[in-house]
Amino acid sequence: MSIMMTPGRVLYNLGPITRLPLGEGRSFLIGDTSVAIYRMRNNEVFATQASCTHRSGPLADGIVGDGKVVCPLHAFKFNLADGEPVGNTCAALKTYPVSISPTGDILLDLAE
Amino acid sequence: MQKQRLVVIGNGMAGARLLEEVLARRGKDRYEIVAFGDEPYGNYNRILLSSVLAGSHDPKDIFINPLSWYEENGIKLYAGNHIHTIDHTTQLVYASDGTVMPYDKLVIATGSSPYIPNMKNLYTEAGKLRHGVFAFRTMDDCDAMINHSDRVRKAVVIGGGLLGLEAARGLLNRGLEVHLVHVAKHLMNVQLDGAASKILRSSLVEMGVHLHLQKRAAAVLGDEQIEGLAFEDGSTLDCEMIVISTGIRPNIGLAQRAGIEVDRGIIVKDDLSCSVPAIYALGECTQHRGKTYGLVAPIWEQAQCLAERLTNDQAQTIYEGSRESTKLKVAGVELAVMGEKDEVDDDDEVVVYSEPVRGVYKKLVVREGRLVGAILLGDDAMTPRVRQLFDRGEALPENRAELLFPLSGESKTLDIADMPDDAQICNCNGVSKGKIVSAVKGGKRSLKMLCDATRAGTGCGSCMLQVKALLDFATGGQAVDDPSIHYYVPGVPLTKPELIKAIKEQNLRSVSAVFRVLAAGKEDVGSKAGLSSLLKTIWGKNYEDERDARFINDRVHANIQKDATFSVVPRIYGGVTSAQELRRIADVAEKYSVPMVKITGGQRIDLVGITKEKLPEVWKDLGIPSGHAYTKSFRTCKTCLGTEFCRYGVGDSTALGIKIEKRYQGIESPHKMKLGVSGCPRNCAEATIKDIGAVAIEGGKWEIYIGGAAGASVRKADVLCTVDTHEEVLLYTGRFMQYYREHAKYLERSYGLVERLGIERLRQILVEDTEGICEQLDHAIQAAVDAYVDPWQEAVIPVTSAQFENALQPVAKVVVS
Repeated sequence: MSIMMTPGRVLYNLGPITRLPLGEGRSFLIGDTSVAIYRMRNNEVFATQASCTHRSGPLADGIVGDGKVVCPLHAFKFNLADGEPVGNTCAALKTYPVSISPTGDILLDLAE
Repeated sequence: MQKQRLVVIGNGMAGARLLEEVLARRGKDRYEIVAFGDEPYGNYNRILLSSVLAGSHDPKDIFINPLSWYEENGIKLYAGNHIHTIDHTTQLVYASDGTVMPYDKLVIATGSSPYIPNMKNLYTEAGKLRHGVFAFRTMDDCDAMINHSDRVRKAVVIGGGLLGLEAARGLLNRGLEVHLVHVAKHLMNVQLDGAASKILRSSLVEMGVHLHLQKRAAAVLGDEQIEGLAFEDGSTLDCEMIVISTGIRPNIGLAQRAGIEVDRGIIVKDDLSCSVPAIYALGECTQHRGKTYGLVAPIWEQAQCLAERLTNDQAQTIYEGSRESTKLKVAGVELAVMGEKDEVDDDDEVVVYSEPVRGVYKKLVVREGRLVGAILLGDDAMTPRVRQLFDRGEALPENRAELLFPLSGESKTLDIADMPDDAQICNCNGVSKGKIVSAVKGGKRSLKMLCDATRAGTGCGSCMLQVKALLDFATGGQAVDDPSIHYYVPGVPLTKPELIKAIKEQNLRSVSAVFRVLAAGKEDVGSKAGLSSLLKTIWGKNYEDERDARFINDRVHANIQKDATFSVVPRIYGGVTSAQELRRIADVAEKYSVPMVKITGGQRIDLVGITKEKLPEVWKDLGIPSGHAYTKSFRTCKTCLGTEFCRYGVGDSTALGIKIEKRYQGIESPHKMKLGVSGCPRNCAEATIKDIGAVAIEGGKWEIYIGGAAGASVRKADVLCTVDTHEEVLLYTGRFMQYYREHAKYLERSYGLVERLGIERLRQILVEDTEGICEQLDHAIQAAVDAYVDPWQEAVIPVTSAQFENALQPVAKVVVS
């Protein structure tokens, strides 16, 4: 999901994309909100809620690839683009618009 | 990529099976799939029609894929729609409802039709079979027969082959007086020899079937109603119903009219292509290398081969013909037949056991030590074994009787069919028999699809055999073989040996390189960890480590817990520690307020509940190397006291255990390896249920055990060999480890490998060196030992950015202007 750059919109700069190793995720704490940010091997980025909808597994610790994340606790799989479960009946993950700025920073939009 | 259109003509056993195989190979990514079927139904199991006739199956139970299945899988099915013309020059097919359908690839699976012998007074003026005369082929035939049988008393079945006998049994079950007419002297003379046929005959007579052998039907008697049958020899037989079951003929008319080469069947080459481009054929309508087939097993093999060809441009798969074997119930009697029924030349060896009173007959035809044919009638206990030896052409045991009778003491397997629906099969994920069976009925007909859909077998995996048995049961033995179950990882279509070969040949040193070269650039999230483990095994320290391919435990060298904290298990070699070491561990536990300190089953201490960012500090304070309690590798070597203090000890188990652990610590493998060393046969270290174990015996010797387990599965290990010294124990331990690393599937424990190959075979390879690979194995494991680095050293220099961070902070809040 990319970000609508409408004036007045509040975004969070999460720093350079290199804060995340290639192909891995990291959790970010923004105020009270925990968000998992994933950097794919092709440098695409995704953002979802940090804990899984099954047993609150730390999704940023999961293995990612091909636009999906596998939760480290029980191996349930989710689509990163829309948060939908893959091959299981867990509730969908909340996703957030995220993109890379021209200077290579990760920009996150937390607004509903 | 623009999708091509795949059109399949025929929706019977062959056509529908092909669809399943194509779907299993992700054929939907490539094709828009269209199927035409003459019958207005989904796809049903024709073999079970006789059970419907017999009343033992409800018609709805024999559907393999209902109409909804086609919809769910995005297949456009034209049911009850007949293709009358193929134009291969324009690549179009013409259907009876006027539809004209272009194709890119066309598959003909038109099956066969009943062969009707010449008889007088058989047809109506319109050229249809007269009311009361039936050919037994389709669901509609079956329905009509059931309806008619309710109104009559006496039926004649013409034809003493398999289907004729089934029809006879079915009608008998419906309370009719049943007569069976057969031209030959023996029933099922194509499949059975005289002796077997005689026993079958007795069984049928006992059931109440009246037999008329060596009789040829000449005419149907009666004008309005069927009144009887006249034979060539002038005799007659009264009846009110006639079922004709005298064999099948391939349906070749459509292909023939289209200018496709035919003989008895549609001629297909080894890639199942026909004589014109872009058209393929399979099933009973075909003729391959001069043979036509009427059994399902060859159809399954053809469907697999053709699906492979259609979905993979690189596929070199060819169909080389089938060894014909079939297992069936003839009129309620278990029968398995395969290959040749009689000896051909004088050197052929024939083994026969015959027990007519019990209706049991077993015959093996052996040529050059291999099975070329078998008949097993009335007792199916040995059928799977015999069939496997036949299919694979393996050498037979010297004592042929082993193939005819179960060895005494072999336990009878629990019959899965008898279990209640609420019986829990998968104890990890709580999946019941009923849930598994209904998933199969809903179309999950390959083991992989079934496990993915129900999660059965995806926990510890120990119920896999039962899940597989249930799949076989629920599909009537017609499960779809998903090729991906043979792959090392699901995302790279190669078996482990093929994959290792490709990785070495093409010098692929990273997980992303494997995806790029061997999986058409497509990353698969479920394959990364398995590939990472394999590449480390193949390349050792020359492996190009990509941390994203590792499971979290292997990124932070600790075991993740339910609350996202981790557990830390420092290495305690051989389970022997010191007051000083214990004090340090205790200090760490206090300093970091570790919520739980736990003594593990592997004779170590577990500090549980440590947050990720504290891990480096904890390791530094401990000053002890990693115990690898979080990864698929050598874990620990449990020991007993041994000779140093124990009054019974006959071998120095602690010293040996420490040596083993120092040498093999951290060696990664397909699954974890837990070891044990006992200093005497009392076996206090439980070495006989370890992946590898050593037990000291009197005389200064050590027994080496492999393949033990005491987890989800319990298995007593097998003795690999008995040796004299610690050095030899270390040698064979390493040799087996390396063999396991190279040959086990990902996540297969050592006992799986040992059971799969058998201890005799492993002894030949690892002790007698029959394959000449021992030196290479010893060399490879030494290289792995040399490549060992304590991963907790990463406490000092992290490998990836924010490797141990729990949560990062944003750097700024910005407002879009």
